[in-house]
Parts: sequence; structure tokens; C-alpha cells
Amino acid sequence: MALKKATKRRKPFPPGRYPVVIIGSGPGGLQTSYALRRLGVEHAVLSADAGPGGMFLRFPLFQRLISWSKPYAPAARGTRPYAWYDWNSLLADDRAHQALVPEFMDGSSYFPSRGEMARGLTTFARRARLAARYGCRWEATRKTGDGFTLVTSDGEYTCRALVVAVGMAEPWKPDVPGLDLVPHYVRTRAPRTYADQRVVILGKRNSGFEVADALLPWARQIILLSPRPALLSIQSRSTAGVRARYLLPYEDHALGGGVVALDAATNRVERTGAGYRVFAAGTTRPGEFVFDADAVIAATGFTTPLGDLRALGLATFNQDRLPALTPFWESTTVPGIFFAGTVTQGAIGLKKHGIPSNSGGVGGFRHNARVLAGYLAEKHFAITTPRPTVRAAEVVPYLLSEVARAPELWNQRSYLARVLSVDPREGIRDEGIVPLAHFVDAGGPDAAAIVLETDQAGDHHPAVYVRRSGRVTEHVLSSDPLHNFETPEHHAQLTALLNGLL
Amino acid sequence: MASQVELIDTLAGLALFADLSRPQLEAVAHTFEEEYFADGQRILRQGFSGSNLYVIVSGQAAVHVDGTQRATLARGDVFGEISVLLGEPPAADVVAMGPLRCLALPGPEVEGFLLTYPRVSYRMLQAEARRVRTANLWR
Repeated sequence: MALKKATKRRKPFPPGRYPVVIIGSGPGGLQTSYALRRLGVEHAVLSADAGPGGMFLRFPLFQRLISWSKPYAPAARGTRPYAWYDWNSLLADDRAHQALVPEFMDGSSYFPSRGEMARGLTTFARRARLAARYGCRWEATRKTGDGFTLVTSDGEYTCRALVVAVGMAEPWKPDVPGLDLVPHYVRTRAPRTYADQRVVILGKRNSGFEVADALLPWARQIILLSPRPALLSIQSRSTAGVRARYLLPYEDHALGGGVVALDAATNRVERTGAGYRVFAAGTTRPGEFVFDADAVIAATGFTTPLGDLRALGLATFNQDRLPALTPFWESTTVPGIFFAGTVTQGAIGLKKHGIPSNSGGVGGFRHNARVLAGYLAEKHFAITTPRPTVRAAEVVPYLLSEVARAPELWNQRSYLARVLSVDPREGIRDEGIVPLAHFVDAGGPDAAAIVLETDQAGDHHPAVYVRRSGRVTEHVLSSDPLHNFETPEHHAQLTALLNGLL
Repeated sequence: MASQVELIDTLAGLALFADLSRPQLEAVAHTFEEEYFADGQRILRQGFSGSNLYVIVSGQAAVHVDGTQRATLARGDVFGEISVLLGEPPAADVVAMGPLRCLALPGPEVEGFLLTYPRVSYRMLQAEARRVRTANLWR
């Protein structure tokens, strides 16, 4: 008992008042804490978990991620451009904290295993000395005059700004009769226990295909069932589609093997002794289907554990699974509540050519967290991020080098921009990385923003947004098959565009 | 939108999807993504390429051409289809007037969707015909 008390006394961030409270110690919470500390914004980090890592302590089930960390890449480890080739490491200014996930990878794949990812995150937290109050459960939230009060298992916290970084790992099922009888993806058993079984998997997104891939050597037959056809990443040109590494079941389906991928809506599920009966109706082609299966797995996705925030007026969308957010990831309806991590998908952005942000994954949201920290510091605590001046002759080469190599722009296409502004007295200023939706919609001084975009044909190219007298125009520069955007042609195009502005 | 059943019921009540069977409506619910826009937020941006197609589920939106309001859109209205079909940037801004919920279909998926559900194409054609007839063509 004495030891327990002593341990409890050493826990950081005791209940009390803090300028900012972050809930969550996954990659979103850790990245935000790191960035806030660099800016000198005092904050507490609370986590219900026993240690850092968030969802990577539990998922993905079959051990390997779907985002790359390339040990050998066109950019050297430890440089800023390398982050584009290493989507899983958190971002840091100190070399000892950078590119940590590849340090732990054994070379068997350029997708880290869950264990390798978890070690990278734990090491980041340890080396950067990121503290969190672990084992502290967020239980309730109240709005106060100038912020929020959080009721936790350890006591009450008050703060001016709340950053919710709780992930999107709460199992979710649609309201189909009988689906409550079916285990969710998170309760999928060891693959060998499905030996010689007929398995119905409800869902044709990554988690559905992940399970199908794991069961291929074991299941007698696999039926993948969902209303819409599978969207593949190589077709959608985004990580929103099913990733190539899970395509074996799809190929099996295409060749007519033991896997069937069917476009059908599940009407209901019944138990039949030890098994299940699934009733479904065709969508892209009409037809009624009844499947008797030994096992059914609901790979129907996840939702955000938003606690009682809806009661404060938090608007949500995507069937109540995501909060509606401003371009700086603040609730559109409850100012002062911000989000970090995968929930930053709630700020949709421009979604040009249908390509969503990459905010659902670490590769994208780690950049959001840095931008969020800068925004919080300025908006709530009057801590201004330096905006270095840029000489006029440097503007074009600088913007082109950014769109060629900046990981923020490559990880977050049409979503995060490098912005330069013009001040009549102070000259050209580097405004840093800014959400594109904010730049094009919020107004401001004359300025230029550059982003990377991918068009309908799949070509990557720079796009420039120029603001003159409050009006923003879009200009798409040429693509290049080798992604070289620093050619004389690009130089000439951009120089002409910025003529008279910068 | 609280649940999938509610979303499908809502879709069934929109003229655009009125001819679809229940399973087809489920496929629509999985193909379009629900998006929420706060008051004043822009959904379509005049002159910007790569836009998508939207159907209003609840709320209202204003159509602005060069900063002047030209029309108001409401539940069931479709917008963004002209720029997607023609492959041209929108000729207007569409801005949320109060909280707005839409279903969005990525531009590159529109052709395949309309070919899969010809009754939706026909309904969309009817809506365009009405716009032409009333000379309420804001594009």
C-alpha cells in the first residue's frame, strides 16, 4: 500500500488548472504535446492507457501496418524530406527524436509490425521526455466561463483549451438486425481457429480485407459482403481505398477461387446452432442471397469515443462518428474543443478530385498536430511563431523546392500548404504550413500558397493559390513524371503567376 | 445523422433517389460520404478545379457568382454536377447558410455511379431540364 501511494504521488499532472489539457497518449496526443512544449505552452496529458502508443497497443490485429517506413529512401534519414518516406515516425526537431520507427524495423517488410511501431512511439515518448498521467480516465466534461472542466478518475482538471486525441478505435456496427450477435473485427480469433470454415466478412474496406488475407490459408471459403464495390487505393489514388498489400483475397475473387466479394446489403443475421445465417440483397446487381456460415465477422469500422461532448453541443457527421471541425481542427459548434490524431479527418478540406486528406493516418495527422500547436499558441496564449522574411529572389525556388520535397505537402495533398504573405512594410514573410481550406476561405493579406495535388488522371503536380486584394485564384502547374517540379518550365510558370505580387 | 437506417430513410425521401430499391439505397449510403458544413463555410469554390458532386440532406446553401447571391439551394437539391460532368471548374461558390449536411460523391466516381444507376441519371436530367425551363440556370 505504501509503495502504491508513493507511485501515485509521482504521477505527473495532478488534478488542477492547466492552460491546455490533452486527452490521449497515442501518436496524436504525443505529437501535439511535443509541439506545444517546443512552443512553451504549458499543458497536461491525461491517458486512460497504461503507457504511450494508443491504438498501436492493440491494432492492427494481424500485426502489420499499412503505411510505409522505408529504411532506404531518396532522402536521407534525419532530414525533413525523409518524413515522406517514413509515415510512421513522429516529427521532431532534435535528431535523436526523429525517424525512430525505422530504427526498430527488422527488414522483413517496409510496413512496420505493430510491435515495431509501438516501440518507435514508446521510444519517442521516452527520449523526448513526454510525460502523461497514465491510468487517468476522462469521465465527464463541463463548459465553464473561460474553458472546460474535466472530471476524471483522478480528480477534476480545468483548462482554457481542450485537445481530444482519443483515436477512432471504438468498434462500430450499423443497425442491422442480428448484427449484435456477430463479433466485431476486434474480436477476430487466431486464424487457425477458422480452419476449414466458411466465413462471412461484413465489410470490404481495409479491415475486412486484412481479416480475409489472414484467413486465406485457413478458411474453406470467404465471402466478403458490403453494399458498395471495393474501392482500391490504386484506383482512388489515396489511402482511403483498400491497400495493395491486402489484395490477395481480391485476386482470388477475380480468378474465381474460394473468395467471393459480393456487392450486397445485409438485411439480417440469425444464429443457427453453432453457426450463422446471413440474409443479403444485391445492390449493384439485384438478387437475394442466404449464406450459412460457420463464422461471421463484422469488419464494419470504428467510431470516436466522444464521451459526453455531444451534450455540450458538439456537431458530428459521418453517421455520428466524427466531429465537424474547422480547418484548424476546432469543433465548429463548441469553440475551445480541438482534436488531434485520426479524428482530424473531421476537417474535410477541399477534397480535390475526390482525394481525401491523409488525416486518418499518422503520416498525415502528425503534421496537423504541429499546425494545431502553433495555432493554439497564437490564438490562446499570444505566443507567436516566428515568420522569417524571404528575399524576393528566393521565393520561386523556395516554393518549388517545398512542393517537390516537403513531407507536409506530400502527406497532405490539397490539404496543407506552404504560404508566403506580403506585408507592404515588412516584405515577404514565410507563414509556415497552413491548412489550404483556411487560406482560400478566410481572407487575409496578399499571399501565395503552394500545395501538391493529384488530378483525375493520377498525375501529381503543384497547385498555386494566389490571393490578391482578398480574392483567391487557383493555378495548376505542370506535372512531371519524375516529380521534378524545379525545372526551368516550372520556374517560369510560377514567376509569371507571382508577377507583381511578391 | 444518427444511424444508417435514418440515413437510408432520408435518401429514400429525396427525389434523386426515389426510384432506387432499398438495397440500392444502402449502396448509395456507402458510396456517398456524409459531410457537415458550418454556417458560412464554402463547399464549392468558383474557379477551382477538381470539385465533387453534392446532394443536400438538410439545411440550405447560397449560390454566389462573383460575390453576388444568385440562388438558394435546399434539401434534395444537387450541386456540383455541371462542373463534374463538363470537367470544368464551378462557375459559382456554394456557401452553407446555417448548418448544412450533404452527401458527397468524389468527382471521379460520378460517371461510374450514374452508369450503375441510370434511374438516378434520369432524375438528374429532369432536374436539369427544370432549371433550363425556368431559366434559373445559375451556372
